[in-house]
Amino acid sequence: MTVSSEQLIVFDNVSKFYGEILGVNRVSLEIPAGITSLVGPNGAGKTTLMNLMCGLLRPTRGKLTVLGIPTDQPEQLFRKVGYCSQFDSFPRGLTAREFISSFLLVSGFPRKEADELTEAALNRVELLPAADRKLGAYSKGMRQRARLAQSIAHQPSVLILDEPLNGLDPMVRAETIALFKQLAADGLHLIISSHILHEVDMMSDRVVLLNNGYVVAEGAIHGVRDEMDVEHPMQVLIRCNQPSALAAQMFGKTEVVEARVHDDRQGLFIKTRNPDQFYLSLNEVVAQGEISVESITPVDDDLSAVYEYLIGAQ
Amino acid sequence: MSSTAETIQTRTGATNGANVSLWMRQIAAILRLELKKNFFGKRSLLVYLLAMMPIGLLVLVEAINPLGRDTAQLPTVFSIFYNSLILRTVVFFGCAWIFMNLFRGEIVDRSLHYYFLSAVRREVLITGKYLSGLLTSVILFSTVTVVCMLIVFFSHFYSSSTRFFFDGPGFSQLFWYVTITILACVGYGAFFLVVGLFVRNPIIPALLLYGWEWINFLLPPLLKKISVIHYLNSLVPVPVSEGPFAVVAEPTPAWISIPGLLIVTALVLILAGTRIHRMEIRYGND
Repeated sequence: MTVSSEQLIVFDNVSKFYGEILGVNRVSLEIPAGITSLVGPNGAGKTTLMNLMCGLLRPTRGKLTVLGIPTDQPEQLFRKVGYCSQFDSFPRGLTAREFISSFLLVSGFPRKEADELTEAALNRVELLPAADRKLGAYSKGMRQRARLAQSIAHQPSVLILDEPLNGLDPMVRAETIALFKQLAADGLHLIISSHILHEVDMMSDRVVLLNNGYVVAEGAIHGVRDEMDVEHPMQVLIRCNQPSALAAQMFGKTEVVEARVHDDRQGLFIKTRNPDQFYLSLNEVVAQGEISVESITPVDDDLSAVYEYLIGAQ
Repeated sequence: MSSTAETIQTRTGATNGANVSLWMRQIAAILRLELKKNFFGKRSLLVYLLAMMPIGLLVLVEAINPLGRDTAQLPTVFSIFYNSLILRTVVFFGCAWIFMNLFRGEIVDRSLHYYFLSAVRREVLITGKYLSGLLTSVILFSTVTVVCMLIVFFSHFYSSSTRFFFDGPGFSQLFWYVTITILACVGYGAFFLVVGLFVRNPIIPALLLYGWEWINFLLPPLLKKISVIHYLNSLVPVPVSEGPFAVVAEPTPAWISIPGLLIVTALVLILAGTRIHRMEIRYGND
């Protein structure tokens, strides 16, 4: 099925330079609905990419549209887009309720509707009991939730979140991740930057890996991992009763690159460039009934491994 | 989730009339936010102190050594006081502080992005912010002008001052002083708003303009016209001598100076509107 640019966030050869300093370079991406995570070390260009999507920065080169809207038209763009930035700051002297409703009014919502949307947003981030306290008196986690509420209050189709889990306690973190998943299930585009890889792994449909201003990989996490099989064969840990025997049998298979018995002699590490074929071969061996397999676990089929291979090594 | 946003878009984006009504609503919302900050924010303290300065000074002077010996002197005394202290110092620096902080203050506080992330045209944002600064400065400094004039006239010569106001040119002069104050807020406000938007250290251009306005009396007639103070001085109801070194120039008539000032202000704001379109937010560099 073809997806039109009205349903995508499209970066067309976008570059951003701060004077002579590179922000991002030659980024071409098409981001569909669902949760997309931007991952990379500090200075990789994650926030630059997000600020470009929101029109807070303008591309030095290239073209960028969000659901078909150019980013230099805020009056159109921010009916569809919400941005929860990393800046932990607010206009002075406002309560959370005033903060959210004020900017809904600035966006042109009538008072009654602004009040209803404010209430709903505060409720969604569980901030209603503290809604009439000054933001200056909030804890870091509460301020984060207030910003999140402000970014979702106008019910956008695209939600851009820069390190949205920072400062949240584990309970609220889990609830927030559940909220993101719910929003994605509702058909929203969620663009999230995070440096906590296991959380990204848990919630993302796809990732964009950035390093030094370049996109080094993008796509579904497993898809990205599969593409790295040649350079970094996938590693699988098999817990079984006869690791040496299994190693001997598997080593003869063409798809197996390396077989190494675990230090505790209770398992076997196997590296393969063709996981599908490897699992078929393993099934055949196990079906013979001589070796009893307890568990099979991919060791480096996650975002952390992808990150380590693509960025950590540089 | 986007149904509400789409409803608003359909409702507000249909016609030009609807657009104008949307912009008015947005300007009103910006005004509410900004006026609260301008009048009750921590930064407003300096403006209040500045505004109280001429009033406090007058009360002190009138208590110790009255400014005029008789009512005939008072219009000239007030004109000098108004020109040198209220207009050139209080209104000038008050406007500088109020209007520069409309954008620069929010950049320093790292909160400007909330406006830039709202579904509002940036030209509408500039208009809303400018009007909030204008309302604040006009309310404050017009009050200062009126109160100072009343103190000068009524503190010692109550009956003759009453005659001056009710049977003489008192109210007319008061009207012109307030008009000059309002026009000063209009003109200086636009300048400082633009400076606050685009100059990282706005104090330098503010001081340059202050210097330029002060040496205006020494400038040749053509250069005098490239200033705000020349047009404002042309409207002063009681002209005062600018000293032996002053280069005399024909005052610009009110029918030219008032629309001229308003037109230049509008042009400056239009320029700001076009520039703000390309403005980026990079707090790190500010």
